[in-house]
Amino acid sequence: MSEALLVAVLALPAVGALGALFPDRAGRLFGTVFAALAFVASLLLGAYSHTTGWFSYTPAASGAPPIVPWTSVDASWVPALDLRLHFGVDGVSYPLVVLTTLLTLLCCLYTWWHVPAGGRGSTLVALLLVVEVGMLGTFLALDLVLFFVFFEVVLLPMYAVIAGWGGERRRHAARKFALYTLFGSVLLLVGVFTVVAAAGTADLVTLTSSTVLTRNTQLAAFALLAIAFAVKSPLWPLHTWLPDAHTQAPTVGSVLLAGVLLKMGTYGLIRVAVGVAPEGARWAAPLLGALAVAAILVGCLVCLAQTELKRLIAYSSVGHMGFVLLGVATLTATGIQAALIGNVAHGIITGLLFFLAGAVKDRFHTGDLAVLGGLRERSPWLSGLLAFAAIASLGLPGLAGFWGEAFAVVAAFERGGAGWITLGVLAAIGGALTAAYFLRMLRKVTHGAASPAVAAPPAVRLSGAELVAWSPLVVLALLVGLVPAVVLGLSAAPVQSLVEAVTP
Amino acid sequence: MTQSVDHVALLPGYLAAATAVLVLLADLFVARRAVTLVVAVCGAVATAVVAIVFSGARATFCLPEGCSYVVNSRSALFAALFGFLTAGVLLLSAPLLRAGVAPAGEYCFLLACSMTGGVVLASAGDLITLIIALETLTLPLYVLVGMRRQTMESAAAAVTFFVVSVVATAVSLLGAALLYAVTSRLHLSSLGPALTGDVSLAGGDPVRALDLPLTSAGIALLVLGLAFKVAAVPFHAWAPPTYDGAPLPVAAYLSTASKLGGVMALLAVVTVALPPAVTGPVLAALAVLTMTVGNLVALRQIRMTRLLAWSSVAQAGYILAPLGALALSPGRTGEAFDTAITAAVSYTVFFVVLELGAFAAVVALREPTADGGRLDSYRGAARRTRWVGAALALALIGLAGLPPGLAGLFAKVAVVRSLLTGSSGWLAVIVALNAVIGLAYYVRVAALLYAPDPLNRPTRAIPWPAAGVLAAATAFAIAVGFAPQLVLNWATG
Repeated sequence: MSEALLVAVLALPAVGALGALFPDRAGRLFGTVFAALAFVASLLLGAYSHTTGWFSYTPAASGAPPIVPWTSVDASWVPALDLRLHFGVDGVSYPLVVLTTLLTLLCCLYTWWHVPAGGRGSTLVALLLVVEVGMLGTFLALDLVLFFVFFEVVLLPMYAVIAGWGGERRRHAARKFALYTLFGSVLLLVGVFTVVAAAGTADLVTLTSSTVLTRNTQLAAFALLAIAFAVKSPLWPLHTWLPDAHTQAPTVGSVLLAGVLLKMGTYGLIRVAVGVAPEGARWAAPLLGALAVAAILVGCLVCLAQTELKRLIAYSSVGHMGFVLLGVATLTATGIQAALIGNVAHGIITGLLFFLAGAVKDRFHTGDLAVLGGLRERSPWLSGLLAFAAIASLGLPGLAGFWGEAFAVVAAFERGGAGWITLGVLAAIGGALTAAYFLRMLRKVTHGAASPAVAAPPAVRLSGAELVAWSPLVVLALLVGLVPAVVLGLSAAPVQSLVEAVTP
Repeated sequence: MTQSVDHVALLPGYLAAATAVLVLLADLFVARRAVTLVVAVCGAVATAVVAIVFSGARATFCLPEGCSYVVNSRSALFAALFGFLTAGVLLLSAPLLRAGVAPAGEYCFLLACSMTGGVVLASAGDLITLIIALETLTLPLYVLVGMRRQTMESAAAAVTFFVVSVVATAVSLLGAALLYAVTSRLHLSSLGPALTGDVSLAGGDPVRALDLPLTSAGIALLVLGLAFKVAAVPFHAWAPPTYDGAPLPVAAYLSTASKLGGVMALLAVVTVALPPAVTGPVLAALAVLTMTVGNLVALRQIRMTRLLAWSSVAQAGYILAPLGALALSPGRTGEAFDTAITAAVSYTVFFVVLELGAFAAVVALREPTADGGRLDSYRGAARRTRWVGAALALALIGLAGLPPGLAGLFAKVAVVRSLLTGSSGWLAVIVALNAVIGLAYYVRVAALLYAPDPLNRPTRAIPWPAAGVLAAATAFAIAVGFAPQLVLNWATG
């Protein structure tokens, strides 16, 4: 049963993508139904395959392999390329799988009521579903080559979403996105086969549980893989594709980009790069940590000077992913747990923020912070939600954003040594700056008297579609904030095994 | 001395030659364009099918030191591919012939002759057979390239192609002659051991063959002569003007079948006859130059055929790369050697299928007598003709090596895998970075197909033979995209 559900989670969105062949409304309905089915399948997958209890911290046996899939399917595909259809789900990947199916479903629902200008809605929904297949495949793949194939699947559909339905400078942004991410994924290809050629297997379970690679191979492999994932995450200074892509993409594209696509990079870093080349990870950890903190600070400083709403949120992603990468770089259990929950929290909150920014732009036709103002006067609900999302994002305790950022800093202190403590202090300053720019944004957008641009449009009430699309994210931001065990409980055991495998 | 000849081994060659003769007869006695074309297509398909059916290992024209005609599963794959490609190009030519640009009989006859060369080339076991087969493959193309008689470009293209090609052949022949002078061997299988062993020239003391400057010169000339045929940089300059001046179906033939011929010849020479330690570095350098220059120049192209020409120059670089890696790793094993050859062969197969698809789509979108035209004229093509545009976009994305063009993705994966198995990591990184440059122009064209068209050009009817070839090539590309193991198995030989 659970194997069937695992296959269904991947197959349902793929079938839904055939909706592009139908007329517009029928195609959108078809796609949305299959996105909903995929979401249900992903929930059932957890219920059926994870039988040891959801909220209990069951420690893993000492020396257990880092990947113990709850359930898996394994079939031969292309033996000559070491490529097997090997999928599995465990505590590290499951929260991301659910996040992916949920956000895609919300995007499809949103598109059901609101198709951005540029092309047919059914084609857009189909492309979103193909992106979903790629993302789910990446999270579920337990074969290194298969992981690479799915990593690549995402690229062109996302390009098409940006280039087809995006803003004014969409072509440039889309091409930049495609070339940057392809640069990352070709290095991933080289890294993958560096590992496979040296180890003679592409099976992630085997590769992560025993170290067969020599030190030099590990250093080379980790360098290649880390650059590949750093482009996707993105890590400063490889982040320059992200602001353009986020700003130009249609709302649903931005939501998926920020919500899930970036997580492919951090997930890959934890699962593949650190798991396969632990010695390389130890070697590169200080550099990775320093770059992550640089990303936090650069992201915050740019945000403080930012004048465009979507661009501000995009750059805030650079900062947040910096916290996630700092957590990974510490290579401690606390740090990697912080990274995983930070991943999920960022997906929920930034997804919500992009939905809200899209709503603001749709209503007032501008995202310019200097022109917007007094949103509270015109649309109290919209501005209230924006305030909620911004406060969640800046890491108020009790909301989802808190755990990842706070414990990334804690992990840096735990790691000890002058260097890591400095990094921890700088990251904490970055956390304070995050609060500063979000409050600045709120002051500019929501407070004061309604500016002419905000006062002009006649109807600004929230529609049913918007409430349906947003409310699950609001609930989740609260839930993950109040009960972090929904994520941490699942990943505790695999993270413990991973850290044991990494630390000599 | 009488020799027994294995006619079964020669059957595909006989059929290909018979096709050429039948086409001439059909043209003479029936004199209907359609009949001539159908005869030619049937002959080409029959050649391919027979090559598949009798793909067991056979050899004929044997002497003690080797055989001149060797059939194995890889040669059968090549011969079959050649037959199908020729059939495809013949069908693509239907609109051109109907428009009366070229006389159908002569056109089909020349293509069938060229196919005969290709089929024989696949099985060539000695240097003379190899070079003669390659010439039989190329010679008819000089005429075919010049078939668009109304235009100067076509004539200029034919002359360029002729001059360069003849020089290349002369260079290869000189190389073969020098090698014969050193080793007194012509058979590929005996040339390898002879070159690595000792020889005595003019009755002198035995010396290591590889130490002789004559040997190095012979190897270099032979390889470089063949590099002309695959349009490897720096011997590539003939390709873009020739492709652009030739009629579109002939350009398709040049970039698929003719390139396949060059690759077959190179493969036969470098994997069997010549010592990899000598050819490897040369081929690696050629590969790096070819893919980098090809991709960079393709970025700047504004004409469709030139863009495809430069991109196919770049693609030749990816094919050469695994061969270049053969010699570079000191501790290379037999397995790594096989992986490299398999990667080169399977890349070639994936490439020609995708390239044929791209050219078929271009033929379908253009007027029968037109050339490739400027890229601008393809603006919005996928909005006017949905399926043809989608197929062209899929072929281009496949050439770029990305999903949903899975065939192209696996082709690149095979090449990178073989390079890393052969511990040539640096070459793998160059291949990978070139894939990024490649995407820049492929995606530009693909996006152009879906861009809104301000001119609102009318939709044209698509000639059904071209649509058929396009559908077949696309279906095949999709099928091997999901089951690449079929091609990889066959390429293993």
